[in-house]
Amino acid sequence: MLSRTASNLFWMGRNLERAETAARLLDVGQRITLLPNTELGYQNEWNSLLQASGTSDLFRQKYGEITQEKIEEFIFFDHDNPSSAASCLEQAREAGRIVRTALTSQVWDALNVAYQELRKIERQPRAKLDMAGLTDFITSHTSTVRGAINATQLRNDGWHFMNLGYSIERADATARLLDVKYFVLLPRIEFVGSGLDNYQWQVILRALSAHRAYHWAYGGDITAAQVADFLILNGESPRALITSLYEAVWHLEGLARRYGDSVPTEARDKAREVLAALESRNIEMIFDEGLHEFLSRFIREMATISNLVHQDYLMGGV
Amino acid sequence: MNYYNEMFDGDAVREPYARLREWVETMPDDFRQMKQAEAEALFRRIGITFAVYGEGGDPDRLIPFDMMPRVFEQAEWRRLERGIKQRARALNAFLRDVYGRGEIVRAGRIPARLVYRNEAYEKAVVGIVPPRGVYSHIIGIDIVRTAKDEFHVLEDNCRTPSGVSYMLENREIMMRMFPQLFRTNRIEPVDQYPELLRRTLESLAPAKCSERPTCVILTPGHYNSAYYEHSFLANLMGVELVEGQDLFVDGEFCYMRTTTGPKRVDVIYRRIDDPFLDPLCFRPDSMLGVPGLMDVYRSGGVSICSAPGAGVADDKAIYTFVPEMVRFYLGEEPILNNVQTWTLWKDDDYRYVMENLGDLVVKEVHGSGGYGMLVGPKSTAAEIETFRAKIQANPSNYIAQPTLALSTCPTFVDEGIAPRHVDLRPFCLCGDRIELVPGGLTRVALREGSLVVNSSQGGGVKDTWVLSE
Repeated sequence: MLSRTASNLFWMGRNLERAETAARLLDVGQRITLLPNTELGYQNEWNSLLQASGTSDLFRQKYGEITQEKIEEFIFFDHDNPSSAASCLEQAREAGRIVRTALTSQVWDALNVAYQELRKIERQPRAKLDMAGLTDFITSHTSTVRGAINATQLRNDGWHFMNLGYSIERADATARLLDVKYFVLLPRIEFVGSGLDNYQWQVILRALSAHRAYHWAYGGDITAAQVADFLILNGESPRALITSLYEAVWHLEGLARRYGDSVPTEARDKAREVLAALESRNIEMIFDEGLHEFLSRFIREMATISNLVHQDYLMGGV
Repeated sequence: MNYYNEMFDGDAVREPYARLREWVETMPDDFRQMKQAEAEALFRRIGITFAVYGEGGDPDRLIPFDMMPRVFEQAEWRRLERGIKQRARALNAFLRDVYGRGEIVRAGRIPARLVYRNEAYEKAVVGIVPPRGVYSHIIGIDIVRTAKDEFHVLEDNCRTPSGVSYMLENREIMMRMFPQLFRTNRIEPVDQYPELLRRTLESLAPAKCSERPTCVILTPGHYNSAYYEHSFLANLMGVELVEGQDLFVDGEFCYMRTTTGPKRVDVIYRRIDDPFLDPLCFRPDSMLGVPGLMDVYRSGGVSICSAPGAGVADDKAIYTFVPEMVRFYLGEEPILNNVQTWTLWKDDDYRYVMENLGDLVVKEVHGSGGYGMLVGPKSTAAEIETFRAKIQANPSNYIAQPTLALSTCPTFVDEGIAPRHVDLRPFCLCGDRIELVPGGLTRVALREGSLVVNSSQGGGVKDTWVLSE
């Protein structure tokens, strides 16, 4: 497979996942603003969400003060924001268009329809749009694409590259979101049992579409250790670091098997190593290390894996 | 003017269309509209669009598809086929000659100036003989019909003619929408084209290639108006669609960057123009090509289709000499005629054209796509005068032809069915053999009375049938 083709498939996966992250952030932010007495609070919440997507500087430069409308515009529509839902969807569709021949017609169809519909929405006056509808729009279309990929794509190297993009992006997004809010997960005596921590934890779970799943997995009260455990170490949780990393390793193993010994496997080796380290820990050990330190290191390691994927496969061996 | 109608001879239906008459004449309006919408949805869905730049609006446009097919009977097609293949052989012989000893110029049959000072003449490839001595491997020859047995070649396209994807998709869509037509008419298939193209390319392996050659299609990228066609052909042939950035030269060979490391490329079907092929040899600012490619080409490490320099054969000034080429190289009489052409660098021709501008079609020598031309009878006095000034400024940049009585074919229009003018572009493949699939792209001028069939000028396309015996 051409390196450029593989690269486009990889980034198509990453951008689709990122579009979903943007939509989910918007949904969470929306909820926060609906709560009473959060005048100052919601500014902070929005800011942490911007930080999570690494775009808070960009936002400040372009818009200055945070307001509901500006944030919605920025996170959903703004083409100057490379992480906005619209940007990501457009980039994913463009990548797909370039490698049309590597996609089944169902996948292309789903991707193309999502893009055409988005353009229709962009032309509507913003005041007429409802935010919950926009989030649903993105998640339902990205799910359709995802489903088409799973149902129709050949299980070949291209499929591995797409899924590698998805899984690396997801691990990265979860880690970033946790890192921004890590302080609320630290067991601090003054917060325990107060309304505040409970609510903050729920925000994190919601941001990862995991609040119901959490209850199924743990039942009972929400506690910091359990939330962290669920999003970092629980292999049943679809967006947990360990689950995403496990998928990345699985696809890297697939590539290594397919390509044989002549092609370097540094990305695979590194991903295996990070996974093994994660598997050997429990949540207490992570808290002992320091949650922030742990997450920063994890984010760096994911970036290393992504760079190694480029080195091993996407540069054409030169 | 009297136009030859492809379907009707007075009130009588011509033989090849006999079984279509009932189909077209009994088709209810609402059924037709439904099918037309269905066809459009199919095109849109598959993504068959072409891009029109510089006119504003959505650049992704659908080429209008007309459901009424254009039909040839076997005998008509056989004659066309012989004429096309003959012309393809002569054009390649000409190219081999002018990049070699130039016998045709020495013999005084073609003025040296028109060949060697032609913009499309590539000095960089003089003396290089490509595999099998073939320069132009895919030749699109535009043909118009003016009477039952009168076919004229309007122009030759020896570089990278496009449109073959429409030939294939038009057929695909017709078969999908009207399978019964294909049961009652015996229609020769065209879907072997991609396979033939792949075989043709493989037969052109360079000297240094000893195994089964790896072929690729080189595209300028996804912003190009014909990108759909490039990816369509790559997909059907099962070859990689590459951009310049995917290729690099190392030592004697050209390689593509793949996930498993560099892979050698032997045959490049390029869909970019000569000046962009290699920044070290041609335009230094080209980002589309591959630095060093021409060195590899020269030393037999890679084949390029069509060969650099092939464009000199399809220039509109050279066009007037193609019948001469047929006689000179093949010792045969041309089966297909040229259209009478006045070349404005000759004094007599110039005078005649300037006096009769209102009756003629004037074209730029290097123009294409229906841009930069004057259709005298369809133009206002002011338009004619503006064009006259352009000609006076640089006469040798123009040729003129009579307004041809292009044949018409029944075509679905808003009011029902009406005759519209058509032309034909068959695609001839030249490798170890010369091959032609029975069919081609029929373009139709959808505006009433219009003689310009180019898609960029409001033209549409039709499926083209060749009936078997």
